[in-house]
Amino acid sequence: MGSTNSTLLKIPNVEVLMQETGFSPAHIIRLHDRFKALDKEGRGHLCPHDFGAIKELAMNPIGDRIIGAFFSPGKETVDFHTFVKILAHFRPVDKDRPKEPNSPEPINSRSNKLKFAFQLYDQDKDGKISRDELLQVLRAMLGMQVTDEQLESIADRTIQEADLDRDDTISFEEFRKACKHKRFTMFRFCIRPGERKLMLTLCHWSSELQDQHEL
Amino acid sequence: LAFSIHFALLLALIIVFSTSCKAVTLEVGSVEVGYNDSSKSSATEDTSTSINGSTDGHAPSVISTLPIVTWKWHHIETPYLVALWILTCWLCKLVCELNHNVTSVIPESGLLIILGFILGGIIWGADKAQTFKLIPTNFFYYLLPQIILDASYCMPNKLFFSNLGAILIHAIIGTCWNAATVGTALWACYEGGAMGTLNIGPLQFLLFGALISAVDPVAVIAVFEEVHVNEVLYILVFGESLLNDGVTVVLYNVFDAFVSLGGLKINAAEIVKGIVSFFVVAFGGSFLGVVFAILISMLTRVTKNVQVIEAGFIVVLGYLSYLTAEMLSLSAILSITFCGVCCQKYINANMDEKSVTTLRYTLKVMANGSETMIFVFLGVSAIDKNIWVWNTGFILLTIFFVVVFRFIGVFFLNWVLNQSRLIPIDITDQFVMAYGGLRGAVAYGLAALLDEKKIPEKNLMLGTTLIVVYFTVILQGITMKPLVQWLKVKKATHSDLTLNGKMNNRAFEHILTAMEDICGRMGDNWWTRHWSYFEDKYVCRLLMKSDARKHKDPIFGAFHKLNLEDATKYVIEGERKGSLAFIRNYDSASVDFKKKLALEYADFITADVSEYDFGIDNVPVTSVMKNPIPSVSLDIHEQDRKSMPDDLSAHHLLDQHLYKSRRNNCPTYSRSHYNTSENPDEMQEIFQRTMRSRLESFKSAKMGVNPAKKLSKYPKKDSAHKPNGKPADPHRTHPYGDEDFGFSADSASSSEIADHFHGRSTNTPGAGVDNPAFIPEMDISPPMRNPPWQTETGNKTAVAPSQRAQGRLPWMPTNLRHLAPLRMSTHSTDAFVMADASLDEEAPEKKPGTHHTRL
Repeated sequence: MGSTNSTLLKIPNVEVLMQETGFSPAHIIRLHDRFKALDKEGRGHLCPHDFGAIKELAMNPIGDRIIGAFFSPGKETVDFHTFVKILAHFRPVDKDRPKEPNSPEPINSRSNKLKFAFQLYDQDKDGKISRDELLQVLRAMLGMQVTDEQLESIADRTIQEADLDRDDTISFEEFRKACKHKRFTMFRFCIRPGERKLMLTLCHWSSELQDQHEL
Repeated sequence: LAFSIHFALLLALIIVFSTSCKAVTLEVGSVEVGYNDSSKSSATEDTSTSINGSTDGHAPSVISTLPIVTWKWHHIETPYLVALWILTCWLCKLVCELNHNVTSVIPESGLLIILGFILGGIIWGADKAQTFKLIPTNFFYYLLPQIILDASYCMPNKLFFSNLGAILIHAIIGTCWNAATVGTALWACYEGGAMGTLNIGPLQFLLFGALISAVDPVAVIAVFEEVHVNEVLYILVFGESLLNDGVTVVLYNVFDAFVSLGGLKINAAEIVKGIVSFFVVAFGGSFLGVVFAILISMLTRVTKNVQVIEAGFIVVLGYLSYLTAEMLSLSAILSITFCGVCCQKYINANMDEKSVTTLRYTLKVMANGSETMIFVFLGVSAIDKNIWVWNTGFILLTIFFVVVFRFIGVFFLNWVLNQSRLIPIDITDQFVMAYGGLRGAVAYGLAALLDEKKIPEKNLMLGTTLIVVYFTVILQGITMKPLVQWLKVKKATHSDLTLNGKMNNRAFEHILTAMEDICGRMGDNWWTRHWSYFEDKYVCRLLMKSDARKHKDPIFGAFHKLNLEDATKYVIEGERKGSLAFIRNYDSASVDFKKKLALEYADFITADVSEYDFGIDNVPVTSVMKNPIPSVSLDIHEQDRKSMPDDLSAHHLLDQHLYKSRRNNCPTYSRSHYNTSENPDEMQEIFQRTMRSRLESFKSAKMGVNPAKKLSKYPKKDSAHKPNGKPADPHRTHPYGDEDFGFSADSASSSEIADHFHGRSTNTPGAGVDNPAFIPEMDISPPMRNPPWQTETGNKTAVAPSQRAQGRLPWMPTNLRHLAPLRMSTHSTDAFVMADASLDEEAPEKKPGTHHTRL
């Protein structure tokens, strides 16, 4: 317990951080270790190229967007606080959290999770997913398997499905509504089984479970 | 009228049934397949043999004169009886399904058993003996495999594998627990004197416990598919029942061997051997199934030349996997289960869509048919004096223990599982799971397999098994639905298949993976991730056709499916409304139409078109080069098929003009109902909505509400395309051409077009009835100010070729289809869809060098 406390003490404002994010001390330490491992030069903050050094992330088709999500506009670095706050989006929604009327919405609320996903699409931050933005994401995710024209028609149809006010873009409200009617299951992974489990979830679409073309 | 149909069916059933009975009372021989008639009175035998003697046609001995016709009953006796019985059983099902008020209360399986009682009673009344019953061999070799194959082939794959851990724990540990506790508890009660004197030892009790612990997939599916519980619960119950059949059979064999050995010879070594054999048999069977799945998948890579029997390969190889496992004394049920589950993804991708449909329906027919027969025969088998050795204590205690230990086992295992599940299985789900432990034909089959020499009380066990089966299937089956409603178990939610869903799902997966990478490695879906990587890289390359690999992407697949569904709906709607005029007279009309338009609007074609002209000019040349149409062709549709554009233009086309699918994608596996949610009301409603929104778009076009917004889209799109350069495929250039057309056809002359449309469709001979939804609109507003396609909601990239190009083209079905949307938007919904619906089906056939056998 002593070592735990001493590690915790090294992190500035750790109490506030835990309050805001809901991570337990063990989680914070776990994340702090990881943060230090990523920060190879020991500057106390991470640069985009630190993330780029993660091999698997480089293979991720939308990896650069996700890296981008860690950096608020105009900033080149991310410190530990921001890092943890971003990750806090993925904590499971806690059901038995005491309801305090005046407390701000927790970072890991469903709406915040969706907002995080939404901003990965919405690169120009105008609050709307335009056709071009959607096309970019689709192109990244579908890869070389489909032609440009197919991509376009898929994008068109996707927008058409979600677009309620017919402005040919998907606003966050529409994005949320498109997710609303669906069944959401929690999709889980935890970090390093054996150690204290840190569970991360995101609302996960399960309508394709029936799809027999997928294993 | 309804009553008379009812009555007629019952009559038919009785006639068919009595034929099969009469045939047997007249003729006696050993009927091997399906029916056992060992206990025949000798008197009947004498008379019937004498009849046989006189009528036997194939006796070569004494014929005085040439017989014109002869009575050859013996030649066809066995197959005839089998066929008659199948017919009888299926008629039973028909009778059951006549009244939905009854089936909504009593599940169909229960009704079938009850009908089986009645039939058995009639036989018994006629013969005073049990003539027909379910013989284990027939059950295990001819009736069961197709049910399991169907169940595993239609298994929701992803759901199954993501819950595999829980399913395996329930199937293996749960079954062993049930077998052991029921057996031991019964033995303890026996020792305590609850059943009087019976000649049963502890090992026999364990054997009985093993066979009675099989939760039957047939019964479970039959009950659960009417209840629509949520899919996690469903897959748990269903997967468990499927796998624990295999486990039960293995356990049964082990205990059977122990019983044969006798209690004295069993030492520690034998027990260890038993445990080892349990695992070898179970996992060996599963492994064999996977091997067969690989074989099947590889075979379907090369079967495209024999498409007609393509589906048959799966059935035969699946059956072979069952028999091979049986031959090697591995678990046959597990083998065929894993065979079906593992190969479904690859064969669905490899085979033609038609073959996939064929396979599904074939399996459904076979599975449903044998399921019906099993239930009827479970009822028929009951009417037998010999098997009813009544022992109240034994029977009641068995039922009690079966239910109680099932509950204890399920609750305990779920408690263990819930420690590590993110979404725990809640208490009501657990209750339903435990309550859904229906016993069925597998238990009966195993009981009937018991050897009377080794187990003197076989008949008691058989009778008890039957009672347990009746108790669970009928009683629990009836109470299941009210229970589910009363407990407010989460029902399955229907959700549409949407592109948004697919896309976000994919994106979320990527996000989670990335987060996992950022936080450190080895998460829970490390395995999932690496498996899918491995599968992409190696497994698919080995098992999938190269073009199938390309199209297996789920987003694309969803897109494709949605389009197909929409297309089908539009055709159905169009046919119902009777405005399929385009089938007969479309070509000449459209050629005129196009020429006229080309003349009229030649001036309006802007410079933009020239950019694409090159590609479009090439169309006739390339298409002729690619698809040389033979000079002699007997097939009328040959030419159309040859010049079909590839799938993608169809996707594009459909995408532009169809509405979002509203059909529900029902997540439950259903054996008897293939299309789950399609009622006429829904269709009607979809149609009306579509019409309404279209009318609205017409109105808004007239008022000029929002043309500006639409117009602004075109330049933006053009600029988006240009960097891509000119597409090489001439077909793909079509979409851009029409933008200019739609754009440049100014409002002044659009009224002419509208008139033209109108005039054409009404003047066409045999045009049928036009869509009534449109006629008033057309009549009221002949001078339309804006052409409708400008205001179509999804009309971002219109799809017809440019006018200039069309003017030059000789008429081809391709172009026709591209132009069709224009027509659709004014008159009939179905005009172009008909062509496109067939397109996707026909597409694989147009590959050069393939020779198809047609059905």
